Amino acid sequence: MKVLVLFAHPVLERSRVNAVLVDAIRDLPGVTLRDLYEEYPTFAIDVAREKTLLSAHDVIVFQHPFYWYSTPAILKEWQDLVLEHGWAYGENGTALHGKITFNAVTTGGPASAYQRGGYNRFTMRELLAPYDQTANLCGMRYLPPFCVHASLLLDDERDVMPHARAYRRLLAAFVADNIDVARAANLDTLNPVVDDLPEDDGPGWGRE
Amino acid sequence: MTHGPLFLCFVFLAASVLVVPIAKRLGLGSVLGYLLAGVAIGPSVLGIVGHEGKEIMHFAEFGVVMMLFLVGLELRPALLYQLRRPILGFGGLQVLLTTLVVAAASLALGLPWKTAIAVGTILSMSSTAIVLQTLNEKSLLKTPGGQAAFSVLLFQDIAVIPILAVFPLLAVGDAVSEGAKGGRPGWLQGLLVLGAVGGVVLAGRFLVRPIFRFIAETRLREIFTASALLLVIGVALLMQSVNLSPALGTFVAGVVLADSEYRHELESDIEPFKGLLLGVFFVSVGAQIDFPFIATRPVVVGALVVVVVAAKLGVIYAVARGLGLDRSARWLTAFALAQVGEFAFVLLAFAGQVHVLPPDLAKLLVAVVALSMAATPGLFIVLERLVLPRVTTGEKRPHDEVTHDGNEVIFAGHGRFGQIVGRMLRANGVGTTVLDLDPEMVDVLRRLGMKVYYGDASRPELLATAGMADAKLFILAIDDKEATNKIAELVRHTYPKVKILARARDRVHYYELKKIGVHGAFRETYGSSIELGIEAFRMLGARARTAHTMAQKFREHDSRAIDKLADLWGTMDQDAYFSEVKRVTGEAERLMREEAGGPVSRDGAWDDESLRKAARDASDDAEEPTAPEE
Ligand SMILES: Cc1cc2nc3c(=O)[nH]c(=O)nc-3n(C[C@H](O)[C@H](O)[C@H](O)COP(=O)(O)O)c2cc1C
Repeated sequence: MKVLVLFAHPVLERSRVNAVLVDAIRDLPGVTLRDLYEEYPTFAIDVAREKTLLSAHDVIVFQHPFYWYSTPAILKEWQDLVLEHGWAYGENGTALHGKITFNAVTTGGPASAYQRGGYNRFTMRELLAPYDQTANLCGMRYLPPFCVHASLLLDDERDVMPHARAYRRLLAAFVADNIDVARAANLDTLNPVVDDLPEDDGPGWGRE
Repeated sequence: MTHGPLFLCFVFLAASVLVVPIAKRLGLGSVLGYLLAGVAIGPSVLGIVGHEGKEIMHFAEFGVVMMLFLVGLELRPALLYQLRRPILGFGGLQVLLTTLVVAAASLALGLPWKTAIAVGTILSMSSTAIVLQTLNEKSLLKTPGGQAAFSVLLFQDIAVIPILAVFPLLAVGDAVSEGAKGGRPGWLQGLLVLGAVGGVVLAGRFLVRPIFRFIAETRLREIFTASALLLVIGVALLMQSVNLSPALGTFVAGVVLADSEYRHELESDIEPFKGLLLGVFFVSVGAQIDFPFIATRPVVVGALVVVVVAAKLGVIYAVARGLGLDRSARWLTAFALAQVGEFAFVLLAFAGQVHVLPPDLAKLLVAVVALSMAATPGLFIVLERLVLPRVTTGEKRPHDEVTHDGNEVIFAGHGRFGQIVGRMLRANGVGTTVLDLDPEMVDVLRRLGMKVYYGDASRPELLATAGMADAKLFILAIDDKEATNKIAELVRHTYPKVKILARARDRVHYYELKKIGVHGAFRETYGSSIELGIEAFRMLGARARTAHTMAQKFREHDSRAIDKLADLWGTMDQDAYFSEVKRVTGEAERLMREEAGGPVSRDGAWDDESLRKAARDASDDAEEPTAPEE
């Protein structure tokens, strides 16, 4: 399967986590990386181009830091403009039918905060409900997020590396169609899926 | 009484200057003003102008020719084609029916049938000069009624040609039946006519443009004016030489040039001449009215005028009704065209030559024609005060049929600067009218399919003909600082409702434009410098979004600083000003640096340093309580 990563970070030069994650998948065969803030610094999104890209891929990943329990602004703009009625949903809106989609999120809060009764009161899946339902409306298969929690405590590349490796293995598995989608759909996050993957997945990155 | 030409000029001008403004103030319109001025200086009142009035009138008839040229300039061929039905249908029926009605009446009064037909034809004509001038002055020309009237007038102008050809055949008795045709056989005459009209069309299409371009390149305005006049006079002479109506010929020339880039410039060049000549024409018509002659048979003349005007009015109203014009349009057309026109003078003179009319009758008719013309302004007053208020209630406002280009945006200058703005606007469907003084540029842009006119935007008439009164926005993008300021002032003053965006050469020019009160001034290299700056940041490794944010912030600081300086500029001496510049820009940069907190712009919210610290503290706290339990 072909994977499209729609990546959004407004100040990547200051990022510790996403910068490393994104570097980890940049050269992965079968993955197309779109750096939205770099493409559209003034938010003038090229809708036709984005639609072509969507059509050409099977798995759509929204990678972003968690900002105010949601995504950075450009992803919202992207949704508003690209997911046109009559194309993505509504009558004849079948362009995205059957595609798989999920978020790859880094959060400041730890996993324990994203629980009922936790500091942030809701689970990640609950907070990402708008993405879930958007996917549903567009006839897509929504999977739970891949999460890097407590990202503010990851001080340097060494700390981030295990997460980056996991992320890379996850995407590589999607490319190779090695994911049990039906099972994954019921999890809270995609992270356990990575643990079940066989070790020998594609070219090793960051293991030197 | 004979006087030198200069004295005559003085008399005509003085009479016009004295009487016309008063007439206009009283709501009588300029045409009646001119006519009254003519009456005043004519033989019956002051007697300053006698027989020379007639010659002057012939000369001033040229104003009509120019007017039709201007009318033609406003009418593209496509538009003319759209009007074909009213021209042929309405015009044809009007001339035919009026001729028949008047001829029948003349027959009943005992005139021989040939004379009766001649009288009918002569009286079926209306006055192009008076009607168009009046409709224009009252902004009625573009209403449905105005358009109908115009179509009829156009048909009459064309009809004069066959009428002149047929008149000799109507000669009574054994008069020589060879008139102005000069004995040419019919086929030759036909060929000549075709050749002349074809020549005008072809020359207009292929010759005039390069010639005007060549002349425009010299940038001698008076030579351009001279060549515009030359064109009109030349066409008129050509037409006369083949016995065609000069007015018709120049009308055709106007239509052919309506699409040309020089249209606006031609319009504003010819306009003042036309205005003056028409004025003189109306004055001489006024001076022509032979009151002593009328005084000998006031009842006959009076009755004839009333009957003729009423008959024409009735016929036109009936035709307009039959053709389905709405009520106000019907009345407007009927009242507007009820007088007899200046062509009648020509036809009467010609009819005398070819012995179609006995001299006494001709004299009587001249008086009737002149009086009916003089009655037109009165008829308009009746129409506007009594008739229209009754028929227009509940009817929707007549909408414009012939518009200018009707564009919201007018450009002065379409060189390196304006062109980009124009392309951007047009790409998004905004209509633009463009004036440019560089013939080469105009040529290139036209070849790219743009609507561009050659012309100097500092001329008030040109701005008017370009449609400034209806425009929303004026974009001043010429590269001449002095001219920019002059035009900006002119537009601010004349069209206070139109917004102005202007190109500024530099900072000082920016201040000047702000003082003039333009709605936006843009330093011409500023935008591209900022863009280059953005690219520079990116090449130094900055993210696109960050580079844009930094540029945007710089822009904001800079424009705040420059607006502060704009207020100071001109209030202090140079040195004080420049030290102020240094202070203000230095301050702006310092502020920016502080706000940014470093070489890379940071938005406070995204500075996650304090977030990290809080997170570390929190996780330490979280670990501590669990420790004892372990
Ligand atoms: C504007 C802003 C809003 C944030 N909102 C949240 C939030 O709602 N929940 C959360 O867990 N972390 C939040 N954070 C922390 C970010 O998720 C964290 O800084 C990010 O994941 C770190 O990734 P990076 O190093 O790639 O920037 C926020 C951070 C910023 C700057």
